[in-house]
Amino acid sequence: MTAAIQFVIDVLSLGGAYALMALGLVIVYGILRLVNFAYGELIMAAGYTLYLVSASPLPWLVMAVLAVGAAVVTGIATDYVAFRPVRAKSVTAVLITSFAFSTLLQNAAQLLISPRPRSIPLPEMFSDTVTLFGVVTPARNLITIAAAAVLLTLFTLAMRRTVLGIAMRAAATHFTMARMLGVPANLVISTAFAISGLLAGTVALLWLGRIGTVVPRVGLEPLLIAFIATVIGGMRSLEGAVLGGFLLAFIDTALNYSLPQDLLKFRDAFTFSLVILILLWRPAGLVRGPATGQRT
Amino acid sequence: MSARDLLTLLLLVGSVALLAVAAEFLEVRLFVRIVTNLFIMLVLVLGLQVFMGNSGILSFAHVGFMGVGAYTTAVLTIPVRMKGMALPDLYPLVAGLELSPLAGILIGGLVAALVAAVIAYPLMRLSDAAAVITLFALLVVLHTIMLHWSAVTNGPRTLFGLPRATDLRLAAVAAALAVALALLFKESRIGLLLRSSRDDEVAAAALGARVPVLRWQAFVLAAFMAGIGGALWAHFITSFSPKAFYLKESFVILAMLVIGGPGTVTGAVAGTYIVTLAFESLRALEAYLNRAQIFAEQVVGLTEVVLALAMIGVLVLRPGGLVATREIGTWLLRRKPDKGDPP
Repeated sequence: MTAAIQFVIDVLSLGGAYALMALGLVIVYGILRLVNFAYGELIMAAGYTLYLVSASPLPWLVMAVLAVGAAVVTGIATDYVAFRPVRAKSVTAVLITSFAFSTLLQNAAQLLISPRPRSIPLPEMFSDTVTLFGVVTPARNLITIAAAAVLLTLFTLAMRRTVLGIAMRAAATHFTMARMLGVPANLVISTAFAISGLLAGTVALLWLGRIGTVVPRVGLEPLLIAFIATVIGGMRSLEGAVLGGFLLAFIDTALNYSLPQDLLKFRDAFTFSLVILILLWRPAGLVRGPATGQRT
Repeated sequence: MSARDLLTLLLLVGSVALLAVAAEFLEVRLFVRIVTNLFIMLVLVLGLQVFMGNSGILSFAHVGFMGVGAYTTAVLTIPVRMKGMALPDLYPLVAGLELSPLAGILIGGLVAALVAAVIAYPLMRLSDAAAVITLFALLVVLHTIMLHWSAVTNGPRTLFGLPRATDLRLAAVAAALAVALALLFKESRIGLLLRSSRDDEVAAAALGARVPVLRWQAFVLAAFMAGIGGALWAHFITSFSPKAFYLKESFVILAMLVIGGPGTVTGAVAGTYIVTLAFESLRALEAYLNRAQIFAEQVVGLTEVVLALAMIGVLVLRPGGLVATREIGTWLLRRKPDKGDPP
């Protein structure tokens, strides 16, 4: 029984983080139908901001807000540098510019800060453990679950109730039509990037809290996770991204529990092969989004 | 082949020959090294051009196949007495094998093509972002396998002991052949049909082009060239680890192709020349700064920062790259507009 509870907590906390990562990627993809390869660098930006302000006497919560803010700013910068100038030209061009922007940010961090890991400040409660139903679990797992639940609820409400949220959903359904009806395209896209940064910044706090350090390449793993989760769940659907995140966490945890040690190192190969298979079987993912969207 | 294509071929192969002769006569070790490396990069970049330029799909998997070629030739050509040390867990079937590097390089290319042929056939139905993510996933799969298949790749550790077989001449010949191959493919029936599908997939399919099959043919050829390039590189550098075949290398090869212009062979060649020049100068600058210890920390990443900025700049200002549509031969033999022509 305790093993089962342990498993559920593991899946939920990992899935919460994965779902937020996937959501941050898919909010941009849903509107523009373009993948942001520089997504992982939003997490890196938040991490390095934490490191840079760690010497200051500010309370941790203020540092965390600054870090999330840095991710939001980086997200909007991605739009201005990598997306807006080439958006109308070709899909490949944008993919390459976002890949180039990702390399740019990574190497700028190497050049200006250091290629070696830098430790980041974490509050006490991240390293505490809690006993729940007879299971000992790190408190940050429960914090992750709570943060994911709160953010996902807020996000759902914002997308359904606010004018901007409705405009974004309209843009994701049919971009040209939405524009004709007076939805300002650039504002919607920039907002999508800002939300993407907000989610990435929050994930950065939770994700880097597991490692305790930040390196220039730290964004690669979250990017890959977000890729797989969105592909499994559905590239065009926000619900699908969340579902994909939890599903991937379930698969990963199950493989961790069941695979023998010498096969476990190939886990990434297994999950990525799964991505390829799912894309072949259902190119739109498990949950289909709105019919079609045009980029402009 | 038309006169224009012949002229293009002549000029591009001529530029390769000129560089090779210059390097041969100058006899500066560093210059010979740089030019040899440049020729190997040329094979890789042209391989990517064959797929990406003609199909319009961005392929991250390319360096993965470079790795396949490199490890294949390593397993086949490392001297038997070295194998016990370099690859202690190698399967007995190939442990006693010791082929000549040339055979190893060729088999490396063929194995890469075979792997690509099997894996890629179902993937070629996908277009746009879905195709790019799948090929990215394929790179991660290949990298994970290289990283952990210790019996064949020595795991994440450095694999050493390859005979040093790639010299300036071999690399120059390979580069010249790659130029010819890329140009022939581009002007072939498959290349033409594929380019039509790049410009309008639906229209090309409606006219009877079997787009997935065409893409698959280009992908296999590209993987073959990547395998050859990787194997050549392996015999040039003689020791390497799986890290060499991942995102950093992808970025450099992609930068060469994108800055030059993926649509043309001339662009691919020009891009390789320009980026190599920039890359080597920046690396020298980095090394100089580190030696002079002007900064407290080591300077790393400057090269990539400049390359990334250049890439974004080119894509914003000239989305098709420096040489977007017309090969050099076409450009030189273009018809001058007559006075009588309508404007």
